[in-house]
Amino acid sequence: MDSGTGEGSTSFTDDYETFISTTDVDLLKRAWRNEKAAPEILQYEAALRSSLQEQNVEASEADGEDPLTMSLYQMDLDRTQFLLRSYLRVRLQKIEKYIFHILKTDESLNRLSDEEQTFAASCGDDLRAHLKETVLSKLPTDYNSELKQSAASEEDDMVPAPRLDSFVICKARQYISGLDFEPEYSHEITEMERDLLTFVCYKFIKKPLENGKIDLV
Amino acid sequence: MAGQSCSQLSLFTPDEVEFMAEDELVEIVPNLRMDSLNFICGDYGPFYPQIAIQVPLWLALALKKRGKCTIRPPQWMSIDNLTQVLEGERESHAFQSLPFHYVEISRLLFDHARDDIPEIYMVRSLVEDIRDVRFHKVETNLENFTASAVTWKNMAAMEVNIIRAFSGRALQAFYRHENEQLIPDLDRTQDRQPQNLNDRPRRNLRPR
Repeated sequence: MDSGTGEGSTSFTDDYETFISTTDVDLLKRAWRNEKAAPEILQYEAALRSSLQEQNVEASEADGEDPLTMSLYQMDLDRTQFLLRSYLRVRLQKIEKYIFHILKTDESLNRLSDEEQTFAASCGDDLRAHLKETVLSKLPTDYNSELKQSAASEEDDMVPAPRLDSFVICKARQYISGLDFEPEYSHEITEMERDLLTFVCYKFIKKPLENGKIDLV
Repeated sequence: MAGQSCSQLSLFTPDEVEFMAEDELVEIVPNLRMDSLNFICGDYGPFYPQIAIQVPLWLALALKKRGKCTIRPPQWMSIDNLTQVLEGERESHAFQSLPFHYVEISRLLFDHARDDIPEIYMVRSLVEDIRDVRFHKVETNLENFTASAVTWKNMAAMEVNIIRAFSGRALQAFYRHENEQLIPDLDRTQDRQPQNLNDRPRRNLRPR
């Protein structure tokens, strides 16, 4: 529903009732689940993060009431913070895992937030410096790039890329016809019914996932 | 580096599945008077003594632990319904309709709300039998995998989580073997050793 160019919840949602009854926490839970299950890094939910941070601040300033209510509010706050922290942590792990790939693909770089981009740049620099110092400087000139195996390689084959053909488990939130999938995969997967658990190759459902029509489980 | 030692990012631990289950709504009967709770995750209340109200499971368990309410077991956890479900599971190949998080919800209620469930031993043994029969079906169905998309109706969260890693890798292997026959990998240079790294990017896959 709200993955896209970072504009938050879009206005042309299909189901009005789910739009008004979905809280920020639901959206965060969905984003967390999708991020955890997907092999590559997904679009950063900036609007969600900022609205949650405001609510966090309000909640922690709640004035002293009886201990029971305070502890319940604290529990709710803890739960939300866990989701937020785990979401950010999973993203950082993915960045670290595919650091060079993210740095060289614009598409992946645009999915990061500003702080994540700074982190990725400095992490890449550190890793590059470390590899140079320990190994690459001692190899002959043709072989000492951290991106290519040798000067004869045509592309950057030392860079691990996320495996888009890994299988994920997903559920469609509404009926999806063949038009929602990329045309080149249209003979692999033609439709998906609502609420049916499907094991499918990640790259087939990448497009409907970005449009918010599919949830990873 | 960023925390969690799990090298497989995409796996959910059972605790995380339970965490997700704790957001499901259950009915409780509070025994105290309390104003509305305006949580980040929603608004609940106000609470009046002896008036039933729907709250998320985590909140119900917190109140129960402090002795502030009793939990009403959900409809699907009645002995009649469970017996029916068990019979249905035994008879057919498909899965019966149960809530997605039935394993976690029943486990949490057994642990924390024993006195609120009538005939708990019977209910518990029914739930365990259902789990066994369903998982046995999952295992038998695993033998019928193909490389294309596999669909399953009514499988529960915990069952999905158990087979997630294995079935993901199995399907991926199927897919790769099936595709290698159709699309020869044209770019192998002679002096390269066949490498087994999981993350090595595939080269020049022509779209079919």
